[in-house]
Amino acid sequence: MVGLPVLDSLLALVQEATTHEHAYVPFLPSWMILLPFIGFVVNGAVGYLGPDRRRLVSVVGPGVLGLSFLVAAVNLVLLMGVHDAEPVIRSYWTWMEVGQLRIEAALQLDQLSVIMALVVTCVSFIIHVYSIGYMREDPGYARYFSFLNLFVFFMLVLVLAANFALMFVGWEGVGLCSYLLIGFWFTEPAKADAGQKAFIVNRIGDFGFLVAMFALFAYLGTLDFQAVFAIAPRAFEYGGAAITLITLFLFLGCTGKSAQIPLYVWLPDAMHGPTPVSALIHAATMVTAGVYLVARTGVLFALAPLSMSVVAVVGAVTATFAATIAVQQFDIKRVIAYSTISQIGYMFLAVGVGAYTAGIFHLATHAFFKALLFLASGAVIHAMHHALEHVGAEAGEDVTQDMRNMGGLVSYLPTTFRAAWIGALALAGIFPLAGFFSKDEIIWSAGARGQTVLWVLALLTALLTAGYITRWLVMVFHGASRVEEGARRHLHAAPTVMLVALALLAVGSVASGWVNVPEAVPLLPEFTWLHQFLHPSFAAAEHVLVEHMGEAAQAAPLGGGEGTWAMLSTIAALLVVIFTFMALRGKKYAAAREAAEPGGLWRPLYRKWYVDELYDLVIVRPFKALCRFSWRVIDQGLIDGALVDGVAYTTRFGGWVVSRFQTGYVGTYVLIIVLGVLIILGALAL
Amino acid sequence: MLIQSLVLSAVLFAIGVAGVLLRRNAIVMFMCIELMLNAVNLFLVAVSRYAGIEGQIFVMFVMTVAAAEAAVGLAIIISIFRHYESVDVRNFRLLRW
Repeated sequence: MVGLPVLDSLLALVQEATTHEHAYVPFLPSWMILLPFIGFVVNGAVGYLGPDRRRLVSVVGPGVLGLSFLVAAVNLVLLMGVHDAEPVIRSYWTWMEVGQLRIEAALQLDQLSVIMALVVTCVSFIIHVYSIGYMREDPGYARYFSFLNLFVFFMLVLVLAANFALMFVGWEGVGLCSYLLIGFWFTEPAKADAGQKAFIVNRIGDFGFLVAMFALFAYLGTLDFQAVFAIAPRAFEYGGAAITLITLFLFLGCTGKSAQIPLYVWLPDAMHGPTPVSALIHAATMVTAGVYLVARTGVLFALAPLSMSVVAVVGAVTATFAATIAVQQFDIKRVIAYSTISQIGYMFLAVGVGAYTAGIFHLATHAFFKALLFLASGAVIHAMHHALEHVGAEAGEDVTQDMRNMGGLVSYLPTTFRAAWIGALALAGIFPLAGFFSKDEIIWSAGARGQTVLWVLALLTALLTAGYITRWLVMVFHGASRVEEGARRHLHAAPTVMLVALALLAVGSVASGWVNVPEAVPLLPEFTWLHQFLHPSFAAAEHVLVEHMGEAAQAAPLGGGEGTWAMLSTIAALLVVIFTFMALRGKKYAAAREAAEPGGLWRPLYRKWYVDELYDLVIVRPFKALCRFSWRVIDQGLIDGALVDGVAYTTRFGGWVVSRFQTGYVGTYVLIIVLGVLIILGALAL
Repeated sequence: MLIQSLVLSAVLFAIGVAGVLLRRNAIVMFMCIELMLNAVNLFLVAVSRYAGIEGQIFVMFVMTVAAAEAAVGLAIIISIFRHYESVDVRNFRLLRW
């Protein structure tokens, strides 16, 4: 299916390498996108035609992603070989041309998009592999894989698009797939509702994206990224109202897609989907689209200092806020969901203070260790579900995912246990795992840009993160087992294919941080590869920033350099991990069914700061009342009653009046005819 | 002569109209319609003496149509009679609201 073009291109590659041409020529960029789409079509067709072709699906589903990943990797290598390569635009056809508006179906390949594509395809591939094991017994196997492939297709469209309109296609597409996959088990109302909630909340954000896009076109007359970023610094006044509003609307889109305050509420509910979906869409890829968008439109944000501050503040506040909620959740996936919101907050903090590379860096490392944590949860849920089902106990989501029903799983799921620890330490930012490098760079960037409050919030969040993820580990894997007595010996490790995926992600969680060792960490060689690599993508935005705000400081608000604070924070995080571990290891938890709601100070955290209740009161209820009013009064009363029925009644009454003349007597008719003739004759005579 | 002919035709037509309006027997009503037709024929013939031959040609058409109408009308009346055993039009009021 891909044999010939691949061969041809490889030959061309070899020729290129031998002729030493120093320009970046993309390698099959369209195939990177097309492959997942082919997978979607094939798996979708299999789902319709032969429900039992599981082997074909198992090969095609992850296979196309593997090939796509290879294409992305080749492109990365090609790009690395070229110093400061210009973005390459590959235009395929004109999508629409209306008056001044001309939108090409074009892909933009530059350092940022290629590295994003690489992260997306890599994590997706591993999660696809994991899904083979996780979804093995599901009747919707082919449907699941076709949706997953479609999601990756849209995500790559989003990442590689060369203009706002095409990016919006991907933006909406991933939202659609998210909806389809959250509600994958749509026969259960709670899950279908969660899918709708995600979709509806996202619509609010999409509205912001659309408004920003329209405004950009109105001001600049183009939607191509390159053109927009070239014109914008001259077309917009620095800090002016227009650019500020445009970027704020863009950021509204980001808060929806990336689950930030105030639109984060859909993400915890999205955990009703299959766990690999949570890992792929709601942790590793789609939810980071907002960060990508801010980084991509860095020039625009750099022109609007107010919007930058909003992004940074929302990011930092969300990070802390979500981390506090994660401290008191009992659902194994919900803890990690809030953790995701919190970590994406970090990324927004980074891009909000102009540390674009740090944001993208954390995006990449987070993709690995968060996917790892989710998949480890998936393995635990898988084991719990099978064990409980085996003994005939209740095995619903609320039972199998509640950490109060777990504990002591270390002896039953040793591999998962190790993977989870690696993921957790990476998340907590413990040296030398991935999270250490990326998170500390963000915290440092906030301090270096003089945002003292945000810097403190970020540090606080780092400690909270270490705390809640250790609590998560202890509750799931350590202490006495709280699994039902009879079910305990039926707990069994996940299928090999799932463990392989865990191992791959664990390697990524360890290794991915080393692509960018900060300059000032003592005893380590300076290796800022990612910074140098991504520099061309962010040069324009950084230029604007430096021009107006000056260089970033070299010392933290409280003094001390990057290395010092990185060491301090990792030591503090380690202390929190150890302290939490010691404090909770011996703690007894009542099983979920008997457990009382946490009291005192914990209750607001357990109840998620009552935000869902607040939204219910302020938005959902008034909206429902409005809907009821429209339904009962406007629709049923005015439109159905007055208009539709009214017209019918009037017509019927008119008909009744006229039908009185229809007596059925011939004589009457004749009389009327004669009278008519006489009237006409009389009128003529006059 | 013309005046007398026109008066006669008008009188015949009026009798026909009055018959249709006042009588309830379908056969009689039918005959009254024929009377009206022939009143018109008489009028046309009388006028054609002064205004040209077209009136007489028209009379031929009217008589043909009247013959056809008589055939169809009588057939209808006969079938109605077979059904109702009556030709009183007051009994026939199916075509009402």
